[in-house]
Amino acid sequence: MIKGTVHKYGNNVDTDVIIPARYLNTTDPKELASHCMEDIDVDFVKKVKPGDIIVADDNFGCGSSREHAPIAIKESGISAVIANTFARIFYRNSLNTGLPILECPEAVAGISDGDQVEIDLENGVINNVTTGKSYQAKPFPPFMRELINVGGLVNYAKAKLGK
Amino acid sequence: MGQTITQKILAAHSGREYVEPGELINVRLDLVLGNDITAPIAIREFEKIGAETVFDKERVALVPDHSTPNKDIKSAELVKILRDFSRKHKITNFFEIGKMGVEHTLLPDEGLVGPGDAVIGADSHTCTYGALGAFSTGVGSTDLAFAMAMGETWFKVPEQIKFVYYGKMPKWVSGKDLILYTIGQIGVDGALYCSMEFTGEAIREMEMAGRFTMCNMAIEAGGKNGIIEPDEITEQYIKGRLKRSHAIYKSDPDATYKDVIEIDVSKLEPIVSFPHLPENAKPISQATDVKIDQSVIGSCTNGRIEDLRIAASILKGRKVHPDVRLIVIPATQEIYMQSIKEGLTEIFVEAGGAVSTPTCGPCLGGHMGVLAAGERSVATTNRNFVGRMGHTKAEVYLANPAIAAASAVLGRLGSPEELD
Ligand code: SF4
Repeated sequence: MIKGTVHKYGNNVDTDVIIPARYLNTTDPKELASHCMEDIDVDFVKKVKPGDIIVADDNFGCGSSREHAPIAIKESGISAVIANTFARIFYRNSLNTGLPILECPEAVAGISDGDQVEIDLENGVINNVTTGKSYQAKPFPPFMRELINVGGLVNYAKAKLGK
Repeated sequence: MGQTITQKILAAHSGREYVEPGELINVRLDLVLGNDITAPIAIREFEKIGAETVFDKERVALVPDHSTPNKDIKSAELVKILRDFSRKHKITNFFEIGKMGVEHTLLPDEGLVGPGDAVIGADSHTCTYGALGAFSTGVGSTDLAFAMAMGETWFKVPEQIKFVYYGKMPKWVSGKDLILYTIGQIGVDGALYCSMEFTGEAIREMEMAGRFTMCNMAIEAGGKNGIIEPDEITEQYIKGRLKRSHAIYKSDPDATYKDVIEIDVSKLEPIVSFPHLPENAKPISQATDVKIDQSVIGSCTNGRIEDLRIAASILKGRKVHPDVRLIVIPATQEIYMQSIKEGLTEIFVEAGGAVSTPTCGPCLGGHMGVLAAGERSVATTNRNFVGRMGHTKAEVYLANPAIAAASAVLGRLGSPEELD
């Protein structure tokens, strides 16, 4: 079960504001995380706590195909992102690097910045503790839950190969 | 419930009868592809996985085409990573210069992709093979690493948009114009996440070259894949090429589409997409006052023998405008040889053009025709983003080979009809 405070953003949060290109000369997750969301919300890294959740409107993660973006978000402590829609490659890269993301417009509409939210990934249930309302996202099939649980595609492959 | 060709291929490769748009599924792959830009990262991730070797040494294709023949030391190092990896794992489909070609033209011509296949490549234009009735799409380097190790990947089943092209194609209008026009209509995100299925009598009458061009550019509308149902023309093309068995899938009459878009091709003119997005599509008659410095004929979009034949038919007995550099790049060695045999190469050189060994080169602003600030190029490539062919203050105009050839002679954008 995921539980945390919501940081809410609007449409088209692109990979350049998630992790600006000027920091791409490193692949160190900690360093990337220290600049996460810097160009859209300078206070983000100061206020984010482990378990917190990002909620956004349309086309989250649009722009370049950099895998650094979901890595920075995950390493910053964010446990999941809920949005109306995600850009296609960001969607892949997130799950491949073990960051759970859910498309659920009803939940996005019913969640405000600062709300406490719980997510049951197994069943796809999003619960807004602050308002007491519940939303149903499409649950992940078992292989995808396993992929997320082990932290992404590389570990998933290792596990499958018994490495 | 009826399914589209894309759904059927995905279902067949995931051991299912039916898959629904939005569903996440695990898919067995027939071929995985990487190039000199994306494969080095994938190989690093592959090492992390710790797999002993690739899932099938005949189903991994590594094609160094972006910066080859190696344009600098860094490119040489990257290609070396691919070469060493290929030797170590005895990968049969590693293509060095002399045997290589632009990946998305090379793989179908080598018979490595066929109808009904599921293919991924760490290159966004992997969607090209949809022209054969295969499901193919571009992914990231980590996806490629996983696929090289496991022979499978995951997909979210896309929603489908059907494009129906009807009417007779006017002279000089080609698959390139149909796709540029379509992107102009729906925009660069008009098919986001979606599968674009191209149908209608204009497609049925189109040769494979035009079909490859159309599926190649599905990504420029945000599409996950472009696809065309196989028919006799497809069968004719794969005969003697395809080394594996294949399966023909067709969309059911009651398949569900998110949208159906009909386009009357008989009313179209050749299209030019203006800087800096493929969606800035204009008919050639409204584009004739743009002076150009360069014309590039080639790439995975329009570097086939059919494209060279059209260009040569226009350049024969004519000279390239004194202010223009014409660069012709056959997409593969086979096409290069064919161009020599048919006398096309001679026509290009006689006209004052430069003919290159196969490479992506100028298409991504790598080498072999990079633009300076303020310069303009008409190109048969697929992207005209800021900086795509060189300087960020240079401009790229996307067009078909006939327009690129005629413009090279005119010194400005123009159609073959303007040449006497
Ligand atoms: S020719 Fe251009 S678009 Fe095609 S693979 Fe090469 S760089 Fe990419």
